[in-house]
Parts: sequence; structure tokens; C-alpha cells
Amino acid sequence: MQTAIVVFPGSNRERDAALAVERATGKKPHIVWHADTDMPKVDLIMLPGGFSHGDYLRTGAMAAHSPIMREVAARAEKGVRVWGICNGFQILCEAGLLPGILLRNASLKFVCRPVTLKVENNKTDFTNLCTPEQTMRVIVAHGDGNYFVQPDTLKAIQDNGQVAFRYLDNPNGSIADIAGVFNKHKNVLGMMPHPEDAVEALHGSTEGKVLFDSVAKAFA
Amino acid sequence: MTNSAAPIRQVRNNVAELLAEHGMSQSEYETLLQVMGREPTLAEFGVAAAMWSEHCSYKSTRVWLKQLPTKAPHVICGPGENAGVIDIGDGQAAVFKIESHNHPSYIEPYQGAATGVGGILRDVFTMGARPIANLNALRFGDPSHAKTKSLVAGVVSGIGGYGNCIGVPTVAGETNFHPSYNGNCLVNAMTVGLADANRIFYSAAAGIGNPVVYVGSKTGRDGIKGATMSSGEFNADTESKRPTVQVGDPFTEKLVMEACLELMATDAIVAIQDMGAAGLTSSAVEMASKGGLGIHLELDKVPLRETGMTAYEIMLSESQERMLMVLKPGHEAEAARIFEKWELDFAIIGQLTDTGRLVGWRNGIKELDMPIEPLVEQSPVYNRAWEPTPAQPDLNAADYPLPAGETILAIAQKMLATPDLCSRRWIWEQYDSLVGADTAQGPGGDAAVVRIRDTQKALAMTVDCTPRYCAADPVMGGKQAVVETWRNLCAVGAKPLAITDNMNFGNPEKPRIMGQFVGAVQGIGEACRALDYPVVSGNCSLYNETNGSAIMPTPVIGGVGLMQDVSKTVPVALRGEGETLFVLGETHGHVGQTLYLRDIHGKETGSVPHVNLAAERRYGKFVRHLIDERMITSCHDVSDGGLLIALIEMAMAGNIGFQAEALFPNPVLWFTEDQGRYVIATREAEKVAIAAAEADVPLTRLGTTGGDKAEVKGQPAVALSALRAAHENWLPHYMKD
Repeated sequence: MQTAIVVFPGSNRERDAALAVERATGKKPHIVWHADTDMPKVDLIMLPGGFSHGDYLRTGAMAAHSPIMREVAARAEKGVRVWGICNGFQILCEAGLLPGILLRNASLKFVCRPVTLKVENNKTDFTNLCTPEQTMRVIVAHGDGNYFVQPDTLKAIQDNGQVAFRYLDNPNGSIADIAGVFNKHKNVLGMMPHPEDAVEALHGSTEGKVLFDSVAKAFA
Repeated sequence: MTNSAAPIRQVRNNVAELLAEHGMSQSEYETLLQVMGREPTLAEFGVAAAMWSEHCSYKSTRVWLKQLPTKAPHVICGPGENAGVIDIGDGQAAVFKIESHNHPSYIEPYQGAATGVGGILRDVFTMGARPIANLNALRFGDPSHAKTKSLVAGVVSGIGGYGNCIGVPTVAGETNFHPSYNGNCLVNAMTVGLADANRIFYSAAAGIGNPVVYVGSKTGRDGIKGATMSSGEFNADTESKRPTVQVGDPFTEKLVMEACLELMATDAIVAIQDMGAAGLTSSAVEMASKGGLGIHLELDKVPLRETGMTAYEIMLSESQERMLMVLKPGHEAEAARIFEKWELDFAIIGQLTDTGRLVGWRNGIKELDMPIEPLVEQSPVYNRAWEPTPAQPDLNAADYPLPAGETILAIAQKMLATPDLCSRRWIWEQYDSLVGADTAQGPGGDAAVVRIRDTQKALAMTVDCTPRYCAADPVMGGKQAVVETWRNLCAVGAKPLAITDNMNFGNPEKPRIMGQFVGAVQGIGEACRALDYPVVSGNCSLYNETNGSAIMPTPVIGGVGLMQDVSKTVPVALRGEGETLFVLGETHGHVGQTLYLRDIHGKETGSVPHVNLAAERRYGKFVRHLIDERMITSCHDVSDGGLLIALIEMAMAGNIGFQAEALFPNPVLWFTEDQGRYVIATREAEKVAIAAAEADVPLTRLGTTGGDKAEVKGQPAVALSALRAAHENWLPHYMKD
């Protein structure tokens, strides 16, 4: 399985993601610069966490217009798996590849703490090794993770199995405790928590590893 | 010469006023006239005032700081560069330093704290290191003081705002509250970085004719005279100093850092220096002076954010996220390409010369022409008058019994809900402590532990100081600050290697304050020598006074240690039921200056606990041995609050209770702050006891782990949940009010 990690100016969890991918797949991911317009043929494109462009407009708003994002959208359209974590999730929402938007945390403060997620849909390439309703202990680290969608969209994504994860201990005020969502075809996933920081004993939890293993299995 | 700028008196006829504005004394001005051989221009005057400010020149402290031990076989670079560098084996080096941003943070807490973090990060990556961790030491006034809450909120948010964005985990810190900081909070930030030992970058310029390059953000009018502002006391018009505080841009700093590290991987850089306090002035003078060269600056080429900036303003701006470097000839294009990729300003603003002079041109006028070596050599040095701090009486624990009707655990519960002992979760949850995926232990431990990627090794780090000890006895307080970092590193299993110090004091022109400084330096030096634990970098922040009232002396020590196997890290948290608890070290019952005495009896009196350096060294080594042999499961040094507080902290962290023996006839000894003690938990009690006897380390069986209550035999038990509520609720409740 081949992976590309897109680095924007201000990305800061690309090394964490690369390490987790390499552990699961045995292959170093390609690192792609945001100003590029092309990328190698890959099975998975990751948009890592960070503060692209300093989050100085809305989070992810400027990165969504980076040259590489046209290619990401085109690949997603063709069915390539795209996975945005934290700032990557915000970028995918701003780019219109995922429904909804991430608002300022309800507490108005940055929050870094462990949370428990419940897997809502285990029949996707990202979650195929999860048991139904499996829970996982991972961390969040964000200031703008308060997921919001209009009521009709909320109903639509719930009905269509597009809710990927819910918080059991909502840290940011997200609507319906939503921590991660898929696009309609389930090949694009965005999530605020950081499974890449829960893949080895040193992290205090290895429960994020199942997602990387799931993707690796999907392309084995 | 017709094209030279006018002498100062043609611009400002009131020189006395100008001196006062810049914090320069009349005798210093006379020295300047001698150095120059003529009257300076305004720009030259500004450069000299900044160079000779306390902040940049260490004029009050240099004679004393020289006494600190700075050498050891593992020290690659000691004080004097942007940060200290130590060898950690396998061709790698740890680079670290602590620095204060006290005055700016009091004036503008968010930006002051944020740029404090930005400044120390730059110091570390300037040396060629990738920052892997941030720490901070914060001191605020009385919680009931009108300004305290907004300072806490702003400072914490500023530290998080900068560190989180740039993607360096904030892994440890400490926070205290005391009325002496009402008008002068302390914000000390420390960064630890990792570099290849043979790829360290220094600031000494070399190569006549080599290009001097400016990179990073544009220069604006922010922070002008920041160094002078930081070298004076506060008074009623402090608010008006807001414009001297710089504004931080962590996004740009991230770009500058990545670009510099990318350029450092090539062979283009001769010397590099960040523009911190006194901006272009100190970076240009320092590089040239260390290289014994001159420097020619074309100030028209400096990228500017505002129009109409004068030479004076350009030289003294403290705009953030800027670096100055000397490149090897022919590498300009390579460097420019990297900085353009990261969308940063890049400009060749001058050359190195053989004149030994700092020359600066602006709009066709020579604004600066100063001899560098005399300017540095003649930098004032004061051997200021000082008086020792009067000795405090030894107090007897029996005179301060538990208040009538109180139980030991009820007192502990009260103490856990005080500002200095309550949980700091509200603070550290606002810091990303995990970015990088290498944090083995973050906030809440004795020391943070960060793995060195692709190895099993890790760096352990901590910041510590107990200001109330330093106020009562600066010598012992200085020692104690050093040994507390030593214990915290040993408690996780790391070998302590070196320290960085942040000396926060009041006005050194007052003999009483200078005496505190002198005492603390003596104590720190003594401890460092006894422990082979040298000082490799540091920072002084003086004049921390408002309306004549000084802060408690606060010499913050940042300690760094090395672990060979990160998987051996021992946490504070209890990990299993039925384990044996021991206290290592001796409990004498020292009640003076304890939190118990202050928060239960309302007295800040008495002598401070004695530090036995030989015992500390032996005990620390023994604890490391136990951890290395995997003989203990948890470990916590005993500090603020004493033995019972340490035990409860371990229980709360692991969510496992304990039953302790009724060790002391006088229950106050559960709260005394005798030094040189650790609480350990083990499944191999006999082995540990035998090892302790062999190593001549005093060990007392404390009890066993288990259940969900804290219990001291013969006393009613208290549920951990109740203790946790007391511990966790104070700070969030305070910040919400």
C-alpha cells in the first residue's frame, strides 16, 4: 500500500502520521508539498494535523485552496482513500469534500486530553478491523473541533452511515457528539482526534492503531 | 563628513532626559563618549544603550555568574551562545535554555508569554537543533488580586497559542501564586532540542566580505527599547509601555524554523544568530564581536513593515521571527531558494569587514560607525553592594500541631485544594503535550520524558524552584532548586546531566536584593559542583519590582537528564494493588517555611529545610539503580506539602488507594518538607530493602497499595474520589468565577 502525506505550511503532525503509517504498512509514505500540483499514484492520501497557514483565517480555509487540493479532490472523486486528521479534517470540510464545519470549541479554549471514541460504522476501509461499537482511547488536541452541520444534513449523514466516530466524553461541544465523518462513498474520512498518537506503548494507548491496520488490510 | 548623521545634541538638546529614557547612567554615557571619541548619533546612542542594558550586558550579575561551574566532559557548549549543548552519546546532542519574558507578560499577557516561547524556540533552533519539547515556570500574584486571573488566562493561552501552533509539545512546568508577584508575574520558558553533535551552529562570524543575510519576518516598530524596558522597575504608568511588547506569529516562526533547519542541512552557513532582545543591534554586534570582525550594514535593504523607519528604529526593533546569518560566498542563491519556498523574506543587508567597526547606512547617510570591540569591552560591570539575608530561627514542629479536631487526611484534603498544591490540569490541558508522538511522560509527572526518535533513548526534563525557601535563605534555596530538579530526573529513571538557570530577582541596586542574588548563585554553584551537574545556559531577569516592592527571589532551574531505555520510565502513578510503599530518605520534621505552616497556620516563617548534597547524590543514584533494574513500579519525590501529599498524589494519579502505617508520633511530620526523600512502590519489597541497606540509603516501610481510599492507620480513611475533587476543582472554579 502506498501513501502520500500532504504537508501545508504550518502542518505539524505529519511526522506522527508518517510513523503510524510506516508501522502499519512497512512503507514510508511520500511527502507531498502543498504547492505541488501532482502526486505519485497512491492508495491513501493523508492530510495531517497542524495549523496550516497559522489558522489565521478560518481553520483550513486557506489550505483548502492550495494547488494540491485540486488533485486531492480529483483523486477522491476517483475513489482514492483520503484521510484528514484534525487540521486535515478542517481542510476537507472547507474544501467541500466532507459535510459540515469545525467551529471554535464550546469552552473557547484549546483542549489536549484523552477521549473515548465509539466506532459508529465498522464497514469501511478505515474501520474494517473494528468490532461493532468498538471504543478506543485516543487524544484530542485542538482549539476548533466543535463539529457542526445543519439539521437536515445531520439526519442525512446519520441515515447514510457517514458518522464514523462519536465521543463518549464530548470535549468540544460537537453536535451529536460527532468526532469523525465519512463522505457519501466512505472513501474520505475526517476526524478531530489523533489515532496516530495512540499506536505504541509509549503513547499510553495503542487503540488508534486499529485504524491504520484497517487501511493496510484494505489494500493488502 | 557631510553624509554622516548629526550628533545627538543637535537632535535632542536634553541629554539627561535621553539618558533617563534609555536607562543609561551619566558615567556610562561618559564611557560611551570615550569609546566613540566623539559625540554619538541618536542611532549609535540607541545601540550602546541597548548593548549596555542590564538585559543584554548582565552588568550587575556577571561577576557572580562567573563562579558557576560550567564545564564537564559531556558539555559541548556552555553559557555565552544562544543555548547550551550537551553530548548525549551516539553522535547526538541536547540543546537547551530557559529564558524569561516577565515584564512583557505583565503588560500584555498573551503576546508577552507567546513571544517568550517564540524567543526561546529560536535560541534553540539557531544552534541547529530541532526543538522537541517546551517547558515553563510561571509565578502569579495572590489569587484574590484583581489582575491575577486575567494574567493566568492570558499567559496560559499565549504559551499554548505559540507552542501548539508551531508543533512543539509543552510537556512540563510549574505554577505558584504569591502576593509578592502581584505587580510582577514571572513567565520563564524553556526549550529542549535535539541536534547532531557535529552539526552545531554558532554565532561567531568569519570570512571578510562574506554576505550578512536577514531572513524571516519584516521589521516593524514593535518592541523598540524592549531590552531597556525589561531593565527597569514598574510603576503606575506601566500600561503605557504596552507598545514596547512585541507581537508573536508562531506560523511564521514555524516557517523560519523549517527553512533554517533545511538550510542547515546544506553547507551554506558560517554563523547564525536570532534577533531577540535589542534585535538587529545585538545580533550584528555579537556575531562580529565573536569573530573579531567588523560589519557593514545597509539598513535600506532590511525588509520593513512600516514606512519611514529610522536607523535608530531599525536597529532597535524587536519584531519577532527574524534571524541574521553569515553565508559562505556563492551560497546566496541556494539559501534564497529555500527561503522563497517557505515564503519568507530574504535579504543580503551587508558584509563582514576587517575594520572592527559597526557601520550602518540609511538613505545615503552614515548613521552608525562604532568600534565594536571597545563597545563590548567597555560594557559596564558592577560589583554591586550586597548584604546577606538574615538567618531565620529553626522552628519546632511540636509548636505547630494539627488544629484541634482535625485529622491528618482532612488537613491533606484542605491543602490539596490550595492554589499552590491544586491540580494544574486547567493549565496543561491547553497545551498540546503530545505532538511529535514521542512524549513518553507529559505534564503531571516528576519530570517529562521525551523519546529521541528512532532510538530507545529519551531526554527527561523538569523546571523547579521553591521561592519561599529562597526568600528565607537564598543559599539553601538555590541549592534546593537544583536538587529538586535532580530528584525529579532521578525519580523517572534519568541520569541528570546539566541545568539551565533563570535568575528572577528584584532591583540589584538594593543591597538586600543583590544579597539574595549572590546567595542563590552560591547555593546553585555549590549544588552543581557536588552533583557534577553544570550550568550550560541561563538568563537573568532583574528589576522585578513594582512601586519599590520586589518579587521573592526566584532562581528557576531547568534540569535535563538522559534515559538509555525509555521503556523503563517510572511514573508517579501507583500501578498495582498489594504493592509495598517505602519512603526513601530521612524525615526529621522540618516545619519552617512549609506549605503546612503557611496554609494551615498562616505563617511564612522559620529556617528552610536543610539540603544534604552528599546524601542527595547517593539517594539519586540508588533510585536510578532501582529503576534500571526494574525493581520499582512508581516513584515520586517528596517536595511541597510533604510525605502524605506525595503519597496522595501517587494514589490519585493511579486511581489506587493505600494504607499507611502510623509512622509518626507527631502527625505534623506527615507534612514537613525534609529534603532528600522519595516515595517508591514495589512488588519486590525484600530485594529493595536489602539493596538499600547495602547502599547505605535509609528506607522506611510506609504501607501498602490497594483499594479506593487513602488511609493512615488509626485515622478515618478518605475516599480518593473526595481527595481528587478537592485537588481538581480549585483552579477551574477560580478561573470561572
